[in-house]
Amino acid sequence: MFQSVDFPGGRVAFTSEMSFIAESSEKRVKCYRVLDDNGHPMSSRFEQVSKEVAVKMYSSMVTLQIMDTIFYEAQRQGRLSFYLTSNGEEAINIASAAALSPDDVVLPQYREPGVLIWRGFTMQEFANQCFGNKADYGKGRQMPIHYGSNKHNYFTVSSPIATQLPQAVGAAYSVKMDRRDACVVTYFGDGGSSEGDFHASLNFAAVMEAPVVFICRNNGWAISTPTSEQFRSDGIVVKGQAYGVRSIRVDGNDALAVYGAIHAAREMAIREQRPILVEALTYRVGHHSTSDDSTKYRPADEIQRWKISRNPLARFRKWIERNGWLNDEDESELRDNVRKQLLHAIQVAERTEKPPLEDLFTDVYDHLPSNLQEQEKLLRDTIEKHPQDYPAGVPV
Amino acid sequence: MWGIIRQKVGAGGISAPSMQRIRPAVSAWRSYSSSGKEMTVRDALNSALDEEMSADPKVYVMGEEVGEYQGAYKITKGLLDKFGPERVVDTPITEAGFAGIGVGSAYYGLRPVIEFMTFNFSMQAIDHIINSAAKSNYMSAGQINVPIVFRGPNGAAAGVGAQHSQCFAAWYASLPGLKVLAPYSSEDARGLLKAAIRDPDPVVFLENELLYGESFPVSAEVLDSSFCLPIGKAKIEREGKDVTITAFSKMVGYALKAAEMLAKEGISAEVINLRSIRPLDRATINASVRKTNRLVTVEEGYAQHGVGAEICTSVIEDSFGYLDAPVERISGADVPTPYAANLERMAFPQVEDIVRAAQRACFRSVPMAAAA
Repeated sequence: MFQSVDFPGGRVAFTSEMSFIAESSEKRVKCYRVLDDNGHPMSSRFEQVSKEVAVKMYSSMVTLQIMDTIFYEAQRQGRLSFYLTSNGEEAINIASAAALSPDDVVLPQYREPGVLIWRGFTMQEFANQCFGNKADYGKGRQMPIHYGSNKHNYFTVSSPIATQLPQAVGAAYSVKMDRRDACVVTYFGDGGSSEGDFHASLNFAAVMEAPVVFICRNNGWAISTPTSEQFRSDGIVVKGQAYGVRSIRVDGNDALAVYGAIHAAREMAIREQRPILVEALTYRVGHHSTSDDSTKYRPADEIQRWKISRNPLARFRKWIERNGWLNDEDESELRDNVRKQLLHAIQVAERTEKPPLEDLFTDVYDHLPSNLQEQEKLLRDTIEKHPQDYPAGVPV
Repeated sequence: MWGIIRQKVGAGGISAPSMQRIRPAVSAWRSYSSSGKEMTVRDALNSALDEEMSADPKVYVMGEEVGEYQGAYKITKGLLDKFGPERVVDTPITEAGFAGIGVGSAYYGLRPVIEFMTFNFSMQAIDHIINSAAKSNYMSAGQINVPIVFRGPNGAAAGVGAQHSQCFAAWYASLPGLKVLAPYSSEDARGLLKAAIRDPDPVVFLENELLYGESFPVSAEVLDSSFCLPIGKAKIEREGKDVTITAFSKMVGYALKAAEMLAKEGISAEVINLRSIRPLDRATINASVRKTNRLVTVEEGYAQHGVGAEICTSVIEDSFGYLDAPVERISGADVPTPYAANLERMAFPQVEDIVRAAQRACFRSVPMAAAA
């Protein structure tokens, strides 16, 4: 009697006992964590960070937090059309960026401006994009928070959900062909994992053996859809194995755990030329965006609990302080400086001219086609004839 | 012009030049300079891919069945053996997946040629084509350009039903940021595909399954590996003075046949092979209409919001005073393509439809609606 047969796809052993694989394991996949709630390391074995890196990480988390607060306020005041915050996800943003090299290509969703902060994007550059002025690298073409910067290896944020995932695999294929010592890192949320693109990209990345690190920010909410209505699996981490992708679940509010996991993931992706999936569990403290009021669909005390007692900054701060690397004075000086910088950046950005008229027509194609040249000329003629219909103070 | 006298067409008794011949499916051969060599559209596409991949190591081909299977329609035959699996990539069945991967690799510096088994399946990937490929250069202010080519058969085949027969020229051509090409002959196939691969902008390259096996004469110039056709220029396949007929892809062949039949009646039709749907060669079209004063647009796709609608509007905007008759628009019937052969035949333009449209444009004394 045969114990196994080589069906297409490989040899499988038989069993005469009919049993279905349960829809979920009895125990959920464990979550990797380094620091406990009070900032004490739970084990001595973790990826160490130097004082310099740790302080930079904390400062960047603070910067992100303050930037979010001030820009959010600016939108409420009507000075910005739109904004979305990363409240509660500062550790994921900064710690993951800290574990990468500047050569690693990043394809974000939209809740990862912290990666740009880490890589040196200035407050002024952020403000310019949000105000869509002529200094914006995006030439005023995109909504606020759709940052992009080639020199920081950070691809322009694109609104449709999860489209960046197969694109990341494609970019990784390019990196692989060049044999560079780098990987591609792409971020998405719990909601994004429902998109068809998620499944295609994990599957494909495994088949192509592409060096991509997929980072899922499972923050519990996709606008008003809680994860219980988004999927019925044990989060996103279990989906990795279904596609042949190595995966890990990590405490997204623990900066050191995120740092360690991404550091390891990156190394595996490059050395073994394979995709890795990291699910970082966290909580979206803020509303989805300025177009949302999340108190309408979730209890205010739940939000408060995560904001106060599960705060990623507080936990990391305790660890740093205990090491003697930062004190209250340093922190308040830091916060003061960041606030000043930001307010100044906003003032400057607001007063900076908008992009010139010609930028309406450029970059549709590599070269300006004749029909657009005609349209531009027509538009300028019209403005000349009817200047009162054209907004004053906007450059022609 | 109105002074045309309708010649009597007896059975075989026509005083036409001795070039009258029983015409094969391809009717354009008279327009080409003869070099003696002929090439199928399939070979034209294959050779273009081969040469561009040899010339630039960043060019690679990706799609379902393009490698081991040599291509669903054998367009990529031999490429896997020659260039290896890194440059001829077989994919799982996920149009969204491989279109997205292609776009991402183009973001990062490669020059992908993505094959859709038919453009009907491109709809599963259309977000990547529209929202990523077409718009990225603009939205990123030039930081991300996407030198990608999406190619594959478009439009009707034979007996494949509604989900395999739609023409997507009008859909893709409506979008700024894309270039849309539609070759007809082997010369078109070679020259336009090479141009598309070399172009820094995303290009949608619409082939036709039934043309793959058609042979066309090719000159030595066309066979040279540096051969390239300009994007945005239409070709006048047949000169004429009484009516302009615009067409693209397989319909060019039908239009040329129609022109032959019209010639027997003394109507001299000028046939324009659009070659490029976006950008549309409005200059050539308008110059022709200013010469002939009559226009018939032909396409397989649906009339509403179609290519013919755009051409008609362009002519009205630029050459209204030159029109001696309303523009005639020949297009596919406003139904999902039926399967049964007799029904399918009625769902797409036939040569007789084009002939009748040209006649209406030339002789019409009673408007269509009143005659119906």
